[in-house]
Amino acid sequence: MNAADVNPNDIGSPLDPLPGHSSRGRLERILRRGEFAVTTELNPPDSADPQDVYDRAAIFEGWVDGINAVDASGANCHMSSVGICALLTRMGYAPIMQISARDRNRIAIQGDVLGASAMGVQNILCLTGDGVQAGDQPGAKPVFDVDCMSMLEIIRTMRDESKFLSGRKITSPPNVFLGAAINPFAPPFDFRPHRLAKKIAAGAQFVQSQYIFDIPMFKEYMKRVVDMGLHEKCYILGGVGPMASARTAKWIRANVPGIHIPDDIIKRLEGAENQKDEGKKICIDMINEVKEIEGVSGVHVMAYRQEEYVAEIVHESGVLKGRKPWKREMSQADIIAAARNDTIQSGEVQKPQEMAGEAAGNS
Amino acid sequence: MAKKAEATAYVPSGVSPSRRLRRRFAIRLWSVRNSRMLEWFYERFSNVFLLLHPVWKGIGYKRVEAPVKFVEAQVKGLLFDCRMCGQCALSSTGMSCPMNCPKQLRNGPCGGVRANGHCEVEPDMPCVWVQAWQGSRNMKKGDAILNVQKPVDQSIRETSAWLRVTANAAAAKEGEGATSK
Repeated sequence: MNAADVNPNDIGSPLDPLPGHSSRGRLERILRRGEFAVTTELNPPDSADPQDVYDRAAIFEGWVDGINAVDASGANCHMSSVGICALLTRMGYAPIMQISARDRNRIAIQGDVLGASAMGVQNILCLTGDGVQAGDQPGAKPVFDVDCMSMLEIIRTMRDESKFLSGRKITSPPNVFLGAAINPFAPPFDFRPHRLAKKIAAGAQFVQSQYIFDIPMFKEYMKRVVDMGLHEKCYILGGVGPMASARTAKWIRANVPGIHIPDDIIKRLEGAENQKDEGKKICIDMINEVKEIEGVSGVHVMAYRQEEYVAEIVHESGVLKGRKPWKREMSQADIIAAARNDTIQSGEVQKPQEMAGEAAGNS
Repeated sequence: MAKKAEATAYVPSGVSPSRRLRRRFAIRLWSVRNSRMLEWFYERFSNVFLLLHPVWKGIGYKRVEAPVKFVEAQVKGLLFDCRMCGQCALSSTGMSCPMNCPKQLRNGPCGGVRANGHCEVEPDMPCVWVQAWQGSRNMKKGDAILNVQKPVDQSIRETSAWLRVTANAAAAKEGEGATSK
């Protein structure tokens, strides 16, 4: 862990601003230092208990540089990304807040950006979002007031020019590191690198890709991206993740739009004795392939409902090269406070009057 | 006052898309005034439609959807400026279509109704819900306006409410028949 990546006064507070940095967060520092970054996704709870969020985040501690707080992914209702981020920042984690254009219009988006930034959120990822038909409440009205591209532009303007979309002034701008998503595995393939270029022009500073299972295809995409020089303007994180079984992989391939899983991956899973282990091995293989590709600055590990394996996957792939990402550590003050708390709870109550009496009697 | 986004060189009339779609509302207001007559008529009409259930079923609900929807959209469009939400609430809203409200309120007027009974968003349009309350007072089952309406299921917009009501009524009837046996 790099000591400069923690605020010595309060783990929940932003770091000191650095020249050329747009945020005061850890993720941007790590990427700008040229270190291979690892991010992951938190499975949002269906509850109002903050402990659920803390528990789910704790398993990533010391292994990742950023935690994505998803915004009703797949159009299914869960705890909001703003709420999750507010909780995570209190504990010193570096959340990446996702905002989906499906559920919010431009008024809500700009308000949420200010609110999140005030809560200490340093990274925001702009998404268009899945259609409402995909989720548990298909009767909802799809908002889609703006798309991800316009959202990037709106937030960039808020940050860099201290202005709302209307032109009204913002007194203290939201200093956030802006992200977006890419999917190199969906047609029209020719257009995909240009779409990334558009996102960068709109304001994207880092991107996370859709699940990578087809390395040749990703290499082809990255080659064009590097030829266009886009990797110098934007940090590209390759999306990887373990498949729990061949059946899950087949189901995802058939039912989740935008995820491309080649047949040989399915065959490899089917042929394995322990499919879950094999899924993890495939994920590690993918990381090892992806990290060698020119222009890739990190990986984004999406282990839906297998979050406990993220640490193992990151460890076994060795992408961190011995680097230790941020981990919550008790400060000296916390240790004293905890000890004091123990004394109080054990029932040894100190009464000032008695103590004063004793002191007077002794003298 | 808050600064608004700059207007373009061309400023269109009206504020909300629902208003721009249909500028006039004389017929809509007539329907509200005659809500009792329309209620009477719809009761007969829906019974006939239900009696025709075997026909719809025979041809297939999916196949009759297109022509029925076309007729429904024309008739209700003329009388109520229907927006084809697919879950008609006219019987509970005094024959004043709530989807014409720029906020698409389905449970009564908002707090912004102007003193002259006009809409907050569209100042020259009479409030849909002021009309609805008047219309419901003329109707026999007008107190249905007091029921809390379910949220709009946006996934069934642009479908036929007539067919949906008929199919549901027929299914309920069959269910009753099955339990009484």
